[in-house]
Amino acid sequence: MNSTTLLAFDALLLISTVSLAWASLASSDERRGVILFMAFGLLLAMAWSRLQAPDVALAEAAIGAGLSGALLLSAVRREPVGLSRTGAEPVQNHEKTDYRMTLRWTVTLLCAAFTATLGWAYLSALSFGPHDGLPRAIAANLEASGVSNPVTAVLLNFRAWDTLLELAVLLTAALGILALGKESPAYQPAGVVFEGLIRWLVPLLILTAGYLLWVGAHAPGGAFQAGATLAAAGVVLRLAGRHRIGLPAGIRLRVLMAAGVGVFLLVGLVLMLAGRSFLGYPPALASLLILVIETAAMLAIAATLVLAFAGGRPQTDVLANTAVKLEASTASGPGPARPAGSGGTSNDCIPEKKAC
Amino acid sequence: MIDVLSSVLLVSGLFFFLAGSIGLLRLPDLHSRLHALTKADNLGLGLLIAGLAVSSREPLMMLKLLLVWLAVLAASAASAHLIARHARRQETGH
Amino acid sequence: MPELLSLIAVGLVFSLLLGLLRVLRGPGDGDRMLAMQLLGTTGVGILLLLSPLLDQPALVDVALILALLAAVATAAFTGRQEHRHD
Repeated sequence: MNSTTLLAFDALLLISTVSLAWASLASSDERRGVILFMAFGLLLAMAWSRLQAPDVALAEAAIGAGLSGALLLSAVRREPVGLSRTGAEPVQNHEKTDYRMTLRWTVTLLCAAFTATLGWAYLSALSFGPHDGLPRAIAANLEASGVSNPVTAVLLNFRAWDTLLELAVLLTAALGILALGKESPAYQPAGVVFEGLIRWLVPLLILTAGYLLWVGAHAPGGAFQAGATLAAAGVVLRLAGRHRIGLPAGIRLRVLMAAGVGVFLLVGLVLMLAGRSFLGYPPALASLLILVIETAAMLAIAATLVLAFAGGRPQTDVLANTAVKLEASTASGPGPARPAGSGGTSNDCIPEKKAC
Repeated sequence: MIDVLSSVLLVSGLFFFLAGSIGLLRLPDLHSRLHALTKADNLGLGLLIAGLAVSSREPLMMLKLLLVWLAVLAASAASAHLIARHARRQETGH
Repeated sequence: MPELLSLIAVGLVFSLLLGLLRVLRGPGDGDRMLAMQLLGTTGVGILLLLSPLLDQPALVDVALILALLAAVATAAFTGRQEHRHD
């Protein structure tokens, strides 16, 4: 392996990553910033691959380059015209300008301090020389963990507590999204070419998600990457106008989202009842337990990410659907003609029918 | 012998990639860029993958590489259509 | 052989940089999205080259995920939503 060429590769990758990050943040047009951010995610995935961290590269490729891009693009689009920051915002008074200047200087100083701290930490770590206490400890206990991929062993066995809390954070975010209001409007039905794309893309994404879940036990992969891939399938279904299919309906959605944390907790508590410590898997059952937990986690993560893309509470109640259809048919926007909803439904909130 | 064939395929793949990127910068219009670039880049990737598949020893890896190429091919074709349609809609005013 | 692979990888990164120029300049979102799509393809190529170079067969999986999700990103860019007057 030619180290000079690899050095050139690393240098070019580094330069483009940093300049992309700068350009994305400094961009005055928001859509441009989002697309630059997607490119940044792509380069970051390549950087992780170069650093021999395929698990993180998988997660970055799925979430950073793909799903975050879709999320941000749909968020940027929803901003009403006239509030875009590309035009000059009229400055109200001097106090506002001073406030903004103070804010900018504070942020600049904080970023400079953070960078200096990171630089100092990195240089002092270099002076210690390479030591592999942690990898050796992991390798020594890998047999008993139930999987042969050290990353999965750490995530789902040695530090399972942390993963449980991460899933709880995800569930909290989902609760926040549900509290935002109704979901964003459906996308227009797909044309012929897009239709042809999703016919093979969605099954392939689902298959790849299952593959990543299974292979995570002995090769890079795992629940997060699989969940993100599954979420991409749901997102692309919504993008093609399949408004109902991308996300399960009503109570099933809530069960799925809670199952990520729920199954984890259940396994831990059952193990405690059986006399072991919380989440202390017996080595004989460890791989099975990890697979069960990862499956539930994958479904929960996928549901939460598609919910984030939907941007609100899915309107899967029948009466709510007819109310939306009535709005759409009376609105003057272009769109396919919809049959009028049942007569007499108003657009008001009907609490007893849960149409809010 | 296999190495020579693989090297030839890889280098020609790189050539098409670079040609596509230069076209991206030099061609005047979105549609011409779309037209040239999608073809050049996908062909370049195909040659690259052919070179890698030839030099890899495992049949399973060759199948995986083939899957990647087919996925990129179909996805790029659909994406190019979507981008072109979006651009035309913006030109003619939604 | 590995030297050739790393040389081609450097060539592809250079091609990536050219595409980045278009993302930065491109007078319009269509140009940027097009360049983004092609960055994805170039990225797939680089990852597939890194896989034998760094002896990480999992990078082929990363390339597959990247290819699939780049299509999703483009679809998100070009999708149109129905109007809804709230």
